[in-house]
Amino acid sequence: MILTAILAIILAAAIAPTLNRVLPALSHWFLALVPLSAALWFATQVPGVTAGTPVLETTSWAPSLGVALSFRLDGLSLLFALLICGIGAFIVIYSGGYLRGHPREGRFHLFILAFMAAMLGLVTADDLISLFVFWELTSITSFMLIGFNHEDARSRRSAIQALLVTGGGGMALLAGLVLMGSGSGEWTLSAIAASGADLRTHALYPAMLILLLLAAFTKSAQVPFHFWLPNAMDAPTPVSAYLHSATMVKAGVYLLARLNPTLGGTEAWFWALTIAGGVTALWGSAMALRSTDLKKILAYTTLMALGVLVLLIGIGSDGALKAFAGFLLAHSLYKGALFMGAGSVDHGSGTREVGELGGLWGKMPATGLFIAVAALSMAGLPPLLGFVAKELIYDDIFRNGHYLALAALLLANAAMVAAAATIFLKPFLGAPTKAAAHAHEGGAALLAGPGILASLSLLFGLWVGLPQGLLGAAADAVRGAPLGLELHLWHGFTPALGLSALTVALGLGIYTGQPAVKNALAKIQLATRIDHDRAWDCLLALLDRLARRVTGWLQDGMLHRYLAWIFTGILVLLGATLAVRGGLVWPGISLEIEDALGGSLALLILGGTVGAIRARSRMEAILSLAITGMSVALFFLLFGAPDVGITQLMVETLSAIILVLIMAKLPMLPPGSDRTRAAKLFHAILALGLGGVVSAIMLAVLDQPLALDLSHFFGDTSLLEAHGRNIVNVILVDFRGFDTLGEITVVASAGLGVFALLRARMGKRGRS
Amino acid sequence: MMDSLILRTGVRLLLPLMLLFSVFILWRGHNEPGGGFVGGLICAVGFALHALAFGVKAMRDMLKVDPRSILGTGLLVGILPGFLGAFSGEPYMTAQWLGALGTPVLFDIGVYLVVMGAILAMVQTLMAEGDD
Repeated sequence: MILTAILAIILAAAIAPTLNRVLPALSHWFLALVPLSAALWFATQVPGVTAGTPVLETTSWAPSLGVALSFRLDGLSLLFALLICGIGAFIVIYSGGYLRGHPREGRFHLFILAFMAAMLGLVTADDLISLFVFWELTSITSFMLIGFNHEDARSRRSAIQALLVTGGGGMALLAGLVLMGSGSGEWTLSAIAASGADLRTHALYPAMLILLLLAAFTKSAQVPFHFWLPNAMDAPTPVSAYLHSATMVKAGVYLLARLNPTLGGTEAWFWALTIAGGVTALWGSAMALRSTDLKKILAYTTLMALGVLVLLIGIGSDGALKAFAGFLLAHSLYKGALFMGAGSVDHGSGTREVGELGGLWGKMPATGLFIAVAALSMAGLPPLLGFVAKELIYDDIFRNGHYLALAALLLANAAMVAAAATIFLKPFLGAPTKAAAHAHEGGAALLAGPGILASLSLLFGLWVGLPQGLLGAAADAVRGAPLGLELHLWHGFTPALGLSALTVALGLGIYTGQPAVKNALAKIQLATRIDHDRAWDCLLALLDRLARRVTGWLQDGMLHRYLAWIFTGILVLLGATLAVRGGLVWPGISLEIEDALGGSLALLILGGTVGAIRARSRMEAILSLAITGMSVALFFLLFGAPDVGITQLMVETLSAIILVLIMAKLPMLPPGSDRTRAAKLFHAILALGLGGVVSAIMLAVLDQPLALDLSHFFGDTSLLEAHGRNIVNVILVDFRGFDTLGEITVVASAGLGVFALLRARMGKRGRS
Repeated sequence: MMDSLILRTGVRLLLPLMLLFSVFILWRGHNEPGGGFVGGLICAVGFALHALAFGVKAMRDMLKVDPRSILGTGLLVGILPGFLGAFSGEPYMTAQWLGALGTPVLFDIGVYLVVMGAILAMVQTLMAEGDD
């Protein structure tokens, strides 16, 4: 059923462009039904999963490789799946309204639904390899989505940056998962957890940890890999709302949470996660305070939230993991609503600059209300879910005495209060501005998403019993053991409540003293100036230069130098293998030539070769080589390999024809450009060496007793099972037909390649 | 294009023979020396000689179809019959036989077409470039 849900969403993606063409105004409502029904199905699984029985599904995929499509739905996966499908459905509706009349709306739905399917697969995959495949699919689909406005150079740059950073993390993920698999001997997450293999004491644990952390940190934009996320906000707003707040960037967090039971709990884990998470949270908060664009503010607060989530997993105490589950849900709900709301503001007024917005409350009351509710949740005020989550966080960190982390969280949360105030107060309640004069609501499609998500923030806050079971199951999954989560809106007068009050006071202080804070932050930033974007560009430019240098060195346009490189490579690899493996043997055969015909053919081959070497012109050389080739073909015919013989004959003829054709248009070499003496000597050594190595291999083969198993097998079965008497051909088209399919595909590409290359050359010549 | 009477006369006689022979080689390949690869080569050599003697345009006129279409068709003929086994639940490219006709024979025809198409595509482009 999980696979069915994924496939259904892929199917919806496939029909999206056509559906959009047929029903331009309604397609998004129909398309949203698919993720919505998936979400409903997942919701029906909540009671079972909460009771402690995960849903398991296995479909054989590539059995010969041991890769299965196995899915597992425990609390953590279910929470994510519900967020992905639930928020996804509203995003599809929202983007229908947001992109109304856009010529590529259908394509957008295709991308976003494809991404949704990949993401759903990622959070439910149990098999390590499928996990990796889905992970990469999310990177690729998000590349398409960030670069959706591909006419815009900035979008393209951001898309490539995101792809390279997360794609690099994907490589690390594959390596890390393979290490995990070979280290534990199991290839599914559940089996690794159940086997009790202690990977933490494994000799390769540090390597595993580094690789998997690299994957998670790049995907979830942790410092120092955070720079791609704010740039990714060049994507259309629905993408930012969905990928860069609710789902994709949480994939890294998901990975860490998923691995916590098997890899977590060590010193290295604790420090890596708490430091990266804490720094990311602080950095995100500071940048959020400095930004004036609604979307940028939200992007940086997302960084803060991701940092907090990573920090909580790093701390790893029972309370921290409970808080993790609570904050995960709270953040996805309010941030999705805020992003969509900000998009509606942009849509209605034409700007996202806080400075240009004001007095929207009268024009866009519904959007304003939803943004207000979501912003209150972000600020962590009662009675919203954000408050409940924040209390959980404070409670545990305070009780465990991680005071440094506590200070970081306090600052970050105060910044959230200020950011929440910035997003709502001035744009909606401030003095009306020019941009706000024509502002208007965007219709049902633009209101449904933020409305429902904001209402859920409120509902879950008031009625904490509703999400409690699922969040508890999610926390249990992260711990790998039952924790017993209990949520309360009102904890009584606890230290956490005091910290909350302090946070709000501090946040409001920051908001009112905004200019001073911004100045101070700017100074700090100047002092610690690291321009990640600039560094990134330098890195890419460096890579480019290196590639250019190496290419220019290996392929300088002189054909004989290309060949020299290739032949040297073959000579070194084959020769070294032969020497190391002791393949240099003299077989027990006599060298007497008894057959007069064979002897004269051998002489002809030698004659052709000498002629080619001594030839004064290219034509002469080709004709001499043709003598050699034809003699070899005759050799085959003479000694019982007619198939090979005929083929060789035809190939020789064709080579001669094609070479003559090429020859006619090769430029005459200018005088003096002949090879130097040293080059000639090198080529002679290379040619003799390569010929010698190949001969040595032939002799080594002759020395081996001929294994006749295969010959017998093909001889026995060729006629009976494959209805053919010509064994060579039966092998080609039947027994090993799949290989031949690969070969003819290569032949086809070669044919088209020659065509394309020559056409390109002609085009260039035509222009110049 | 080579303006040679001997080549032209020779090709005029040789081409039909070579085409017939290539099909013959293809057909008998299953039981005796031959097969799609060699057959395709022979056919391509025939047309290439014709192009040498009469020019590439004459060859194209006689061929009627673009060599690249032949190549694509060949690839399809090679790939598609492999799926027939799926109807009886067998893996891709499991041979299906109906008397003397079987999917391996179809596959061989695909090989023939691909080899011929690819080589003629090369010859055609190389010669066309020489013409201008």
